[in-house]
Amino acid sequence: MGYFANFSDFINMGGHALYVWLSYGITLVIFGYNLLAIWLKKRAFFTFAKRQLKREQRNYDA
Amino acid sequence: MNIKMPKWFYQLASPKWSYDIMGMLMPWFGLAALLLLVTGIVWGLMFAPPDYQQGNSYRIIYIHVPSAILAQSCFMLMAVAGIIGMVWKMKVAHIVAKSAAPIGASMTIIALSTGAIWGKPTWGAWWVWDARLTSMLILLFLYLGIIALYSAFSNKASGDQAASILTLVGVVNIPIIKYSVEWWNTLHQPASFTLTKKPAMPPEMWVPLLIMVLGYYCFFAYVLMARTRIELLEREHKSGWVTALLTDTP
Repeated sequence: MGYFANFSDFINMGGHALYVWLSYGITLVIFGYNLLAIWLKKRAFFTFAKRQLKREQRNYDA
Repeated sequence: MNIKMPKWFYQLASPKWSYDIMGMLMPWFGLAALLLLVTGIVWGLMFAPPDYQQGNSYRIIYIHVPSAILAQSCFMLMAVAGIIGMVWKMKVAHIVAKSAAPIGASMTIIALSTGAIWGKPTWGAWWVWDARLTSMLILLFLYLGIIALYSAFSNKASGDQAASILTLVGVVNIPIIKYSVEWWNTLHQPASFTLTKKPAMPPEMWVPLLIMVLGYYCFFAYVLMARTRIELLEREHKSGWVTALLTDTP
């Protein structure tokens, strides 16, 4: 385990577990949100654009 | 103003060309980000030696420093894109600046929150009104103001213009952040990386940090290109190439 003797030492972070894991947790959540936001933005656009396209085609056909 | 620029500069002005080239580059940056971030985190958390004074809490450096560097680079990129957008009337440049703002804001939030958490065991306080911390908080407010301005106008061109002006005014904060640790001798420590001096840390500590910085930049490039591409589609949804793209995909 690199610098740590075992897994529980690694989790414990020399008594600084709360600080280390909280920071990494927040960072992970914010990175994840950035990726999720791309997906949501993409889906919103395609839903809107396809509906618009259908409406235009219907108007054209009529 | 009439300055002759290289050909690729004018190609960038074409939304379709930008959309395609970013689509080609994106997966590579995504892959590089994944590899660099995983390597950097494993190395930083498990294999880098503990700090002789701070013990293991210093491992927060591997996520704190890259986010703070990126928060500032992102702002400078937005300022450059804003100038290009205003001088050459280049819509794509404004779209890049707009897409960068939320990513920069999230990096500033990471820098501020991990810094606060790191401050507790190191300085004994979550927050102090240190010059570096205060100027970073101002950076966050600037980002939020810019994001609000982009969506405050029904005419997108007016929003682009207003947000670019706020970005250019706000960019004076960047040298203040950078030199805050030298001008005001308060709690925050000086820069970990400089171009002129060797790092104050041993290589076992700074090599993973460098890997993390590169990983953050690749992640930024990936997210920025993804957001820019969707924004391009939104603004160009009436043009032929987007309609063709929509009818091609089921």
